[in-house]
Amino acid sequence: MTSNNTPLLEIKNVSKFFGSVIALQDVSAFVRAGEVTCLLGDNGAGKSTLIKVLSGVHKASEGEYLFDGVQQDFSSPREALEMGIATVYQDLAMIPLMSIWRNFFLGSEPTKGWGPFKRFDASFAKETTTEEMAKMGIDIRDPDQTVGTLSGGERQSVAIARAVYLGAKVLILDEPTAALGVRQAGVVLKYILQAKSRGIGVIFITHNPQHAYPVGDHFVILRRGGIYGDYAKEDLPLEQLVQMMAGGADLEVLKHELEQASEQGGKDAAAYAATADQIKSELHEIGMPDDEGDA
Amino acid sequence: MTSNIGSQPDAATSEPAPPGSAPPADERVRKTSGLSRLLSRPEFGAMVGAGLVWLFFAIVAYDNNFVSWATTASILNRAAPLGILAVAVALLMIGGEFDLSIGSILGFAGMTIMVLITPSSAGGFGWGVWPAILAALFVALLIGFFNGSLVIATKLPSFIITLATLFIFRGLTIALTRQFTNRTQLGDFDEASGAALADKLFATQFTVFGSSFRVSILWWIAMAALATWILVRTKPGNWIFGSGGDAASARNVGVPVSRVKIGLFMTTAFAAFLVATIQAVQFNGSDTLRGFGLEFQAIIAVVVGGTLLTGGYGSAIGASFGALIFAMVQQGIIITGVDGDWFQVFVGGVLVIAVIFNNYVRQQAAKR
Repeated sequence: MTSNNTPLLEIKNVSKFFGSVIALQDVSAFVRAGEVTCLLGDNGAGKSTLIKVLSGVHKASEGEYLFDGVQQDFSSPREALEMGIATVYQDLAMIPLMSIWRNFFLGSEPTKGWGPFKRFDASFAKETTTEEMAKMGIDIRDPDQTVGTLSGGERQSVAIARAVYLGAKVLILDEPTAALGVRQAGVVLKYILQAKSRGIGVIFITHNPQHAYPVGDHFVILRRGGIYGDYAKEDLPLEQLVQMMAGGADLEVLKHELEQASEQGGKDAAAYAATADQIKSELHEIGMPDDEGDA
Repeated sequence: MTSNIGSQPDAATSEPAPPGSAPPADERVRKTSGLSRLLSRPEFGAMVGAGLVWLFFAIVAYDNNFVSWATTASILNRAAPLGILAVAVALLMIGGEFDLSIGSILGFAGMTIMVLITPSSAGGFGWGVWPAILAALFVALLIGFFNGSLVIATKLPSFIITLATLFIFRGLTIALTRQFTNRTQLGDFDEASGAALADKLFATQFTVFGSSFRVSILWWIAMAALATWILVRTKPGNWIFGSGGDAASARNVGVPVSRVKIGLFMTTAFAAFLVATIQAVQFNGSDTLRGFGLEFQAIIAVVVGGTLLTGGYGSAIGASFGALIFAMVQQGIIITGVDGDWFQVFVGGVLVIAVIFNNYVRQQAAKR
């Protein structure tokens, strides 16, 4: 899976401070063309701040930002976008009341005609939208339907297809699967692979190791604003990723305590058991081995 | 959805097909009828509403000659100034903002023209008509720019900003007019130089089928056509929908949201200037209260025309039909001899019904 060795986008020892708050401390990461780098971290790990630094919303307080090996100093997302660094935000991807083709070209409308008769080339826009979506493996029913009628996964997919079509070299995806069901998330993961196979460097931000592992080439785990781990896929089995992601040791303790509590019986037993079951099923969901079988 | 990546597990796409069976047809595609497409147009409600209102008065006021060219001309003449304003306000509201100050801008622009052309012996400046009109245009655009910039800079709701400028410019109109001329009404537009051409452009009447139609109807149609073209067929039109639909998203993909919104405030100010000019010529003068309350009538016409109060959805054609409904109700009440005091009750009623109807239609459209 490795292509040429120069990273397309790289940050080196980046820190970001908000007053006395250290949001990021000494974070380094990179993505190569045609690879997927996953940034994983629980809530509060510093993912959002890192995305904003990467997409040009925030300037890093310290550290380097390299694009194609050249030092960059973006002062707006617009500048990053012009270099080909496109960010797709989880909830800001699309405008629900507008049709798919209008959304697809919003801000980059193709025009035809001359002078005062210059107009938005609607037929080209509709055709291209349908074609580009087909290339991503999405068969849209009708480019005229509003984005509001699409499912969450489809919206993310349209946003990804748009970024790819508009010439993104690096695609930053902010929790694209977070609000989605299993199947919908699968659809989005498929488009991440599509983008990758088209030679785009993808930075995939998520808190879900189950989503990251199948598509990622490289994993950077954030904890409390710093780097907790940085691995190539070969060096990292899924179980280890899950453990690190969740702060495995802490969870083991919690799991153990809850089980003990439920075994103690007493009048609170039912309540404890219910809680324990819930936690266990959650652990199971994020891939923690469940040593008791069915609870 | 049919996956075109052969090796990909099907679980990621749609219901797993039974092995060996032909790929299933896309179960989500449903033929939608032409009617349901029409229903989903924002202006549909207002078109139907206009038809119903016309039918209502055609029956109730048949004996009062409602179905006649004379009445039709009166309705259109009445609708034109409101229609011009409503078309511009529709663009602004689709762009996600309000302008409560257009009535005041109208008054200010009208008085700017009149004070400038009033002879200096009467406290005015004795300008010709055309320099005065150009000055009023400039002033109106400046006010629009001021409104828009203030909304962008303060990030306050435009409702509040333009509520403030409503008072500021109405007050300035009264105060400055009194200051210069010591009057609240100025006439004799036709005595200033250049009035003849202005009269042709802004106040000509055409006699068709024995009834006189004002040229302002053509201005209205031109504005509606231009606005519709901009909205559905140009790049700025797409930006207007985007800015109103979700300003943050639009900004993220590179839409110059601030410029779009300032431009829209200047558009409504331009419409107010145009109506001010038409009325100054038509009524041979202006007064300091000209345009009072028109901002609300324009918003009503726009909302009745199917534009969402929250922005991102609507049409200029719908707003025109909204203005038409407004004028039909007004004219219908006048000719049936119903006490004019009841007019506002009617307007409020029509507004509520229209909004409920529009909401219903939009929900049905979303389900298609």
